Amino acid sequence: MAEIHTPGADAHGNAFDGLLVNDANWAFGSGQEFDGRDDPLAGVDTTVPDGVDAADLAQYCVMLADDALIYSHRLAEWCSNAPDLEEDLAIANVALDLLGQARLLLVRAAAADPSIVPARPEGSPVPAEDALAFFRGDREFRNVRLAEVPNGDFAELVARMLVLSTARLALFERLRTSRDAVVAAIAAKGVKELAYHREFAGRWFLTLARGTDESRARLEGALAGVLRLESELFETHPVEQRMAEAGVGVDPASTADEVAVVLSQVFAVSGLDRPQVDPLAGLAGRKGRHGAHTEALSRLLAEMQVVAREHPSGRW
Amino acid sequence: MAVTTSAPTEALLARARAVASTVTDPELPMLTLADLGVLRDVAVDAAGRVEVAITPTYSGCPAMATMRDDLVRRLTDEGFDAVTVRVELDPAWTTDWITERGRAALRDAGISAPGPAPRHDGPVALDLGPVRRAVACPRCGSSEVELTSEFGSTSCKALYRCRACLEPFDHVKEI
Repeated sequence: MAEIHTPGADAHGNAFDGLLVNDANWAFGSGQEFDGRDDPLAGVDTTVPDGVDAADLAQYCVMLADDALIYSHRLAEWCSNAPDLEEDLAIANVALDLLGQARLLLVRAAAADPSIVPARPEGSPVPAEDALAFFRGDREFRNVRLAEVPNGDFAELVARMLVLSTARLALFERLRTSRDAVVAAIAAKGVKELAYHREFAGRWFLTLARGTDESRARLEGALAGVLRLESELFETHPVEQRMAEAGVGVDPASTADEVAVVLSQVFAVSGLDRPQVDPLAGLAGRKGRHGAHTEALSRLLAEMQVVAREHPSGRW
Repeated sequence: MAVTTSAPTEALLARARAVASTVTDPELPMLTLADLGVLRDVAVDAAGRVEVAITPTYSGCPAMATMRDDLVRRLTDEGFDAVTVRVELDPAWTTDWITERGRAALRDAGISAPGPAPRHDGPVALDLGPVRRAVACPRCGSSEVELTSEFGSTSCKALYRCRACLEPFDHVKEI
């Protein structure tokens, strides 16, 4: 007679039971960390500096966070798709660094101005940074459009990471002296990480440019596409302007020269002329920082947010 | 910061420090948080409440929550009833804070210890040349090693291969 296997009646019980007994060895911790103590800024003084508009500071942090969050998601899409395992790991590592930066910045934003955090159901365990990541609509995101456009081939990854990490590094170098101590600390740590990201992208840029005719042609094509969205990185939003004047933020326009110099060094070593391209227009002058995005962001968010939205009181 | 005034508190503080110093890193279990330089401060106030300060190695370090839990659990097990763990972001963690004992523990576990961390005070210079590090194979000691990837199994490690004994190994990268 065939035996019918019922999991509950199995003498061995649930195969995963053992994992839950020995908390200390369980890769995801004991589960206790999700009871509200898992605050990445626990005990950090988040007082808004004198004379700084809290709403502006929050919005500014959201801009910096969204660039990292959205590009991190694009990088995460590379998982298992890179040319080899080493590159797969490297891309995932870069994505993790950016996700960490985004999380710290979103927590800082919510601490400065709690009113920006989307409403959660009564008793919801969702922390503020998750609410900001998963419960905002596409027009509430403030990332530049270069962070959101769909992935291309490996050459596109390299060209985009070179431009984005160079620009973010230039910004973070200056943010280390922000009057907001939290932003300054996040930037000081971020500089170390972004320096590795930029070198990873820069070395691969050189490799592809000096590789085969095929790799070089692909890189040139990818670079032309990426550069259409480059100038947007240096356009100053009124919030960025005000935060720069308050000594908290950095006017991105002030980083344009340094970024151009670094990129021209990479192009020169690669024996490649900077392609002349027309910038991608905005929507009546409004671009990513204003919440005017490409269609690609909506699709990205649909995937990124679906589980959290299906379970607004879920515990992770 | 808690003020330590009385002798009993001094003894309590010494004990809390000793206990906190035994907690290990979840991803590098051969290293204590103290040897890793992640444990920044331990303080005990007059009421016996313990406050521990830790700093993340990387912005996205997924081990922070586990470190916090382990510290609370270990101290609670040792009789400290009120334990809080706070995050200290400034100054940012650097591999230069890994102690000599920590470096020896890494090498004993087959992991190459980091050299001096680069200083990033002004603009960060771009280096497109090959990565130059004085790295020796932790197994056979050969310096005939090659970099496989700057990004290894965790954020803090690069992946190397020894050309002499052919073994792959992790190197804790300078940050």
